[in-house]
Amino acid sequence: MAPETAKVDPMYQFTIQPLLGENMDVAGFNIAFTNSALWMLITAVVLWLFMLGGMKRELVPGRWQMAVETFTGFIDDMLEANVGKTGRKYVPYIFSLFMFILFANLLGLLPLGLIGIHPFTFTSHFTVTGVLAIISFSIVLIVGFWKHGFHFFSLFVPHGTPLPMIPVIFPIELISFLVRPFSLGLRLFVAMMAGHVLLEVLSSFVIDGWNAGAGFGVLVGIPSFLLMIGICALEILVAAIQAYVFALLSSLYINDAENLH
Amino acid sequence: MPQIAQLAETYASQIFWLLVIFGFVYFVVGRGMVPRVMDTVGLRDKQIADDLAAAQGARDAADEAEEAWRQRENANREAAQALVSEAKTKAQASTERKLAEVQERIDAELAEAEARIEASRAQAAAEIETVAAEAAQEIAARIANVSVSQTAARSAVQKVMANG
Repeated sequence: MAPETAKVDPMYQFTIQPLLGENMDVAGFNIAFTNSALWMLITAVVLWLFMLGGMKRELVPGRWQMAVETFTGFIDDMLEANVGKTGRKYVPYIFSLFMFILFANLLGLLPLGLIGIHPFTFTSHFTVTGVLAIISFSIVLIVGFWKHGFHFFSLFVPHGTPLPMIPVIFPIELISFLVRPFSLGLRLFVAMMAGHVLLEVLSSFVIDGWNAGAGFGVLVGIPSFLLMIGICALEILVAAIQAYVFALLSSLYINDAENLH
Repeated sequence: MPQIAQLAETYASQIFWLLVIFGFVYFVVGRGMVPRVMDTVGLRDKQIADDLAAAQGARDAADEAEEAWRQRENANREAAQALVSEAKTKAQASTERKLAEVQERIDAELAEAEARIEASRAQAAAEIETVAAEAAQEIAARIANVSVSQTAARSAVQKVMANG
């Protein structure tokens, strides 16, 4: 593909651009304030504003307060169902995780490009999802070893495993346990990136189709555009589902650490 | 793929800002706001539960009061019925007594009247006897010129009347 015809680069949207302090170095590490960091900040502020609406603490809640309480209740119920009564102390973490990812995913889908602002979905970077996954995994390890000590290794020997099978089962379970942070981080990263690339590719079909002539425009552009509308709806669903999956798996892993098997 | 192409130059910034901002979200939103929102929900649930309990208590009290009222009502009704039936028996007894008195009086009057009738009849029969004896005396004197004594005439008349 010649560079002059490629008007839409589907990967360009993931480029990180430094906005402030391009040469800000701490201990040899560059910590420039980038567009990614900006959208993290926007996500945090929007989430904070959303939560502020739930702080009215009225006996009869308004719509906004009801929405905030629905989310906290949702996370509370999820932890109670998956971890039990001891799961309540993880509500702040799982709630922060779920809402941060959910708001990030949804804000990244906003059609702000129409007014010249380009949303950046930082959850489509594995540096970000990986750190979140590692935080979750660290909590699992810390809680597991704190509560159960070396007994935590019994997690890798399911109940009723015949004695001769233990040397085989143990490494398999251990590997599946160690793969968890990678699968957790990659799942979100891949889902978000794939959706955004797909939308970008389809939009390039619309643009290139119409550029190639009215016939291509009608044959390729319009179906692609209709498909984009559908996929946009799908992406909103995926944004919520991936945030839910991340929070759900984190709480399931915490359940392993809290209750072993 | 910028995620990999820019990895070396951006990973530190990405991780740093994520930790800073997610830390803010965790401590301010997760630890600061979520527990208070959940407290509000808990307080509301508790208040609703308390109100429901109070309503249940009030309903129980009302049921109890109704039961007590019903028992009192039943007792009152029974007492009233007993009073009515007692009055009825009393009235019946007094009626019977009065009837018996009246009956006695009537019987007495009847007996007296019968006695009076009997006396009158006896008197009448005696008068008839006297009249008949006198008539027989007269008849005997007039027709047969026989003077019959009063005593004979009377005994003759008595004989005839006894036969007749």
